[in-house]
Amino acid sequence: MKMHRRNFLRIGGACALGLGFLPAVKVLAGSDLSKVMADPKALTGKKWGMVIDMKKCWEQGRKNCDDCITACHKVHNVPDIGNIKEEIKWIWTEPFENTFPEFKHAYMAEAIKGKPFTVMCNHCDNAPCTRVCPTKATYKRKDGIVVMDYHRCIGCRYCMAGCPFGARSFNFRDPRPFIAEINKEYPTREKGVVEKCNFCEERLAFGQLPACVEACQEKALIFGDLADPNSEVRKVLSSNYSIRRKPELGTEPKIYYLV
Amino acid sequence: MYNARGIITGLVIFVALVTFPFWFSLGKAASAPEPSLDTPAIRQLQEKVCVEGTEFMRTQHMELLKDWRNSVVRDGNRIYVAKNGKQYKMSLQNTCMDCHSNKAEFCDSCHNYANVKPDCWTCHVDPKEGK
Repeated sequence: MKMHRRNFLRIGGACALGLGFLPAVKVLAGSDLSKVMADPKALTGKKWGMVIDMKKCWEQGRKNCDDCITACHKVHNVPDIGNIKEEIKWIWTEPFENTFPEFKHAYMAEAIKGKPFTVMCNHCDNAPCTRVCPTKATYKRKDGIVVMDYHRCIGCRYCMAGCPFGARSFNFRDPRPFIAEINKEYPTREKGVVEKCNFCEERLAFGQLPACVEACQEKALIFGDLADPNSEVRKVLSSNYSIRRKPELGTEPKIYYLV
Repeated sequence: MYNARGIITGLVIFVALVTFPFWFSLGKAASAPEPSLDTPAIRQLQEKVCVEGTEFMRTQHMELLKDWRNSVVRDGNRIYVAKNGKQYKMSLQNTCMDCHSNKAEFCDSCHNYANVKPDCWTCHVDPKEGK
């Protein structure tokens, strides 16, 4: 069979066009997507954030109260390795000088010197950890929560180097033997993955507030949608002076502190 | 043929050695396991059905679990609507293992037989470990 070059090109072009349509048809025809859905009770937001009222914590809370930390670490099976170098933490306290190093100076008020600040992952709007993760194991969800997909984590620890807040911990060993009581509802982690606070996305998905917020009897932790002007967090922020950790880095942390 | 005796003896020994695994294990094939469905939770079920049909689950459970994982972890969709319209919370550790609380007799029996080693249980808590 003899074919002219022009005809050959025409047929080839038509075929290529057809191949281009195929993915589009597949997407439009695929109606199987309705098989999964979010729980109707789920709390939904566009930009989850938290306000931590440290004054409430210090003034009204019990001495050395660690309800929020215990609650979080219990529900998420966070191990207590007992060795500071291998410590794993999702929420913890840090003295003022380490939380806000840029505000530290020689003539600080006694009232603030060395005071413990509750710190955790800041769920930065412009999170450096998600940028450096080579496997997209850590990424920002549509609602602003920076989460970890432990299935994908290869333990390279770039995210730990990228995080300016030290919010990430690495499992240097199997954490299971170091968990006092395993919460059967939630998985543990394995040796070789990085872990951190997930803003209790597994609880939000079924309409519950984060464990730390729920555990705080003084209501010093306020959780809500920063994109919603009527949310409690926005009301608190608009009527109080608030600070964030290391804002000069431009990561846009979503944890605000009242002092 | 020169040295026929030596060559033939050698060949016989060679063939015998090479085919050793075949005739040694003749008739010793491990029987296919029958995963046990006998757990307290399943006994109490009115209608003994999984999230999808048995045949589908037998061949596709790994795909289903992978889809569940991606849906839950990456998209935040945690409810699965089965073909019969029933809704399930997508969770290996909770939903699956609530019924199949006998991991050793259910999961492991087949996985050992097929020599597959899924790494679910380094993180997900197997019902026995949680006790």
